[in-house]
Amino acid sequence: MNVAAALIAVIGMVLVVWLGVGVLKLYTLFGVVIPYAAFLIFVLGLIWRMVNWAKSPVPFKITTTCGQQKSLSWIKHSRLESPANNFEVVLRMALEVLAFRSLFRNLRADLRGRRLYLGSSKWLWLGAILFHWSFLIILVRHMRLFSYPVPGFIQTLNAVDSFFHIGLPHLYLTDVTILAGLTFLLLRRLVDAKVNYISLASDYFPLFLILGLVISGMLMRYFLRVDIASVKELTLGLATLHPKVPKGIGLIFYVHIFFVSMLAAYFPFSKLVHMVGVFFSPTRNLPNDNRRVRHINPWWEGVPPKFLTYCEWQEKFKDKLIDSGQPIDEDCYKEKKS
Amino acid sequence: MALPKRDELLKGVHYDEMPEKHWMDTRPEFRPGTYCYAAEPDVVRDLGLPNPRKWQPYEEDWKLPPNWKEIILNAIKDRMERFRTFKLFMDICVRCGACADKCHFFLGSGDPKNMPVLRGELLRSVIKGEFTRSGKLFGRLAGARPLTYDVIKEWFYYYYQCTECRRCSVFCPYGIDTAEITILARELLHEIGVNIDWILKPVRFSEEIGNHIGLQPHTIKENIEFLLDDVEEITGIRPEVPINRKGAEILFVTPSADFFADPGIYTFMGYALLFHYLDLDWTMSTYASEGGNFGLFTSHEKMRKLHTKIYHEAERLKVKWILGGECGHMWRVVHQYEDTMLGPAPKNLEVPKSPITGTVFEHAKSTKIVHICEFTADLIAHNKLKLDPSRNDHFVVTFHDSCNPSRAMGIFEEPRFILRHVCNNFYEMPENTIREKTFCCGSGAGLNTDEFLEMRMRGGFPRANAVEYVHEKYGVNHLVCMCAIDRAVFPALMEYWVPAVSVGGVHELVGNALVIPGEKKRTMDLRFRPLKGVEEEENV
Repeated sequence: MNVAAALIAVIGMVLVVWLGVGVLKLYTLFGVVIPYAAFLIFVLGLIWRMVNWAKSPVPFKITTTCGQQKSLSWIKHSRLESPANNFEVVLRMALEVLAFRSLFRNLRADLRGRRLYLGSSKWLWLGAILFHWSFLIILVRHMRLFSYPVPGFIQTLNAVDSFFHIGLPHLYLTDVTILAGLTFLLLRRLVDAKVNYISLASDYFPLFLILGLVISGMLMRYFLRVDIASVKELTLGLATLHPKVPKGIGLIFYVHIFFVSMLAAYFPFSKLVHMVGVFFSPTRNLPNDNRRVRHINPWWEGVPPKFLTYCEWQEKFKDKLIDSGQPIDEDCYKEKKS
Repeated sequence: MALPKRDELLKGVHYDEMPEKHWMDTRPEFRPGTYCYAAEPDVVRDLGLPNPRKWQPYEEDWKLPPNWKEIILNAIKDRMERFRTFKLFMDICVRCGACADKCHFFLGSGDPKNMPVLRGELLRSVIKGEFTRSGKLFGRLAGARPLTYDVIKEWFYYYYQCTECRRCSVFCPYGIDTAEITILARELLHEIGVNIDWILKPVRFSEEIGNHIGLQPHTIKENIEFLLDDVEEITGIRPEVPINRKGAEILFVTPSADFFADPGIYTFMGYALLFHYLDLDWTMSTYASEGGNFGLFTSHEKMRKLHTKIYHEAERLKVKWILGGECGHMWRVVHQYEDTMLGPAPKNLEVPKSPITGTVFEHAKSTKIVHICEFTADLIAHNKLKLDPSRNDHFVVTFHDSCNPSRAMGIFEEPRFILRHVCNNFYEMPENTIREKTFCCGSGAGLNTDEFLEMRMRGGFPRANAVEYVHEKYGVNHLVCMCAIDRAVFPALMEYWVPAVSVGGVHELVGNALVIPGEKKRTMDLRFRPLKGVEEEENV
């Protein structure tokens, strides 16, 4: 049901493009208006999201410590797992964001009889890292379509990505790895009972959408060739705010750009915001220096706590204190008055 | 219902078989042994919490206030505004499932709603369904559902099947912390009077008397005297335990179970012997007589209220710094909350400095509170303690990292350093079950009650399983931990899963090993059990 709904939504998008571009010839709408609108929604949506998170304070410093604290001088603390200052937090975050540190820890639990086995399981990490890094590289690679002249590092990246010179045009490695990553992530959702049970349509939808995006891109490059010069004319026009729609670009290009647009517009309102959300996560982005540096909670600062004071307590148990020979503090009454 | 036998309990637990029905269509079954009793009306009333009434979870009608739905929705909005964590954790979960098999309650019950991701989803789905347009439009496809009476029951069931241990947050790629979600979910439930007796009674005792068990000052003193009688009989030395003494250098605060309940009391004997050995200028307080804080399991407000007495007492007694005993969630509160909610520390407090070694505890320079294991490790490192580890030779020891000191503090090396110096037989449990990956005792966060025994045995299973492993491999017969709840619940867990393994604190072993000037020849440990060599001598 969830899988079907997500798949139908993505197939529906292809139909929309076919109808809009193939039949109704709305080139400007699909080539210019929708991409611009989607980009705008993406940027504004993400800003709105971040502002919305930032509006709520972080009342407590609740770092999850995954390594030795900094305490006694002769005990080596774990700089990456229990960062003692902001610099070490940056290192921890970098490892988390660039190398998916926490996923790398993943274990798999198996129960045999009444014995529990916990083994290392890095498949999810591998699938995730393949997908995310490939996506990033592909995205950067695409910048050659939005720049003129194309910066050197993008050309280098392009050359490296197609290093093996397989086929013509040369096969990009990242095209293979992103397909592998996406396929793994999708199969995992379908096959693993636990993950299958928790998966929503909104978990399958981005997978299908990005798969559609990748496949349409690959079709365009390797099979249903489109005129790359015209494409660049369009994309560069978009980038330089002088949009124009050259004639004769194949339908497959419009499918591709429509998928990108939908992904961008969907992004800020979905779980995909984890991309920016991870930077906001208080269990990861705060140092474990709680007893050394005070963290301020805006809604408690200056609000004194109400509690049973010593003096009130002493009054309550005075006889028992006296009988059991515990000191009575007369000064506490004075201090209370002053 | 009787607890199933050890070999029966996990039958029917399969991590890779999920129910036929969608999780939104399943309802919890309030079967004895799997839920905690409701709080009694007079306790709720005394604590000033809403909707005191007689009710029980297994009843159909929970007697919620008529506008319960409005109250919950407003409470959600309020928490969203006050906690970035709440907003963020509700937004960014991608349901990757890395956390799924990390929760001890899932591993022991196989109940999919004990997978942290679904525990979060229980609340996330309602937020989507009640507050977002896409949720209202797409419903289940978007993982959204409306807030119903049954949802409240489900929340109660599963947010009181979470021990706030944070193991899942170690594995989450975004650091989503289910403890935070559970803490806030419990706050929501409090607003309509849905809560449990085992947590609120200790909170009331702490509020009105000063400690969980409701020990009054004279009883505390009597208890301590009894313990000192035993210490005297075993060692020939009667340490002094100063009470409410003004002007002492150090205020010592520990969970009340340490001077009340077996086996915590042996840990207390260890503290007393250590402080005697050092001739420490210290005092305890019968007012600030509790380090533990069941307020943490109730609400942020209650946690703050209960914890205030420690600084308040440190100020009155004009001590220089505070030393904290072996306790798990106490140290979560002390390390991660105290300074924020009650700081800056009173002016009379100074940056803690060990009077024996001169070590300045820079890492505690703001809160002025040092963990006893940091203190003792420093002593041993400076060669200030004369120790005879062979006095613990009757123990083959393993060490349990308690959840909070591990994942909310990172104190891993200090207790191990101590253990390696006070006993000769110390073996680690498997790597994936210790340190930041440690498994909860299964009874934390206020769930250490008898009526919850079946779930406790299930939740404690992964821990017990690792103990069983070292028990069989190395002959481990003693489980050491630095948490009062651990010490209270592990004996029952061990008896069920790994009989013949006893439970105790780090400083009990310190007390055994400490060679004190003027003591008599030790023939017994602090539990009156014969030491190893002695037993053999007598048998010859």
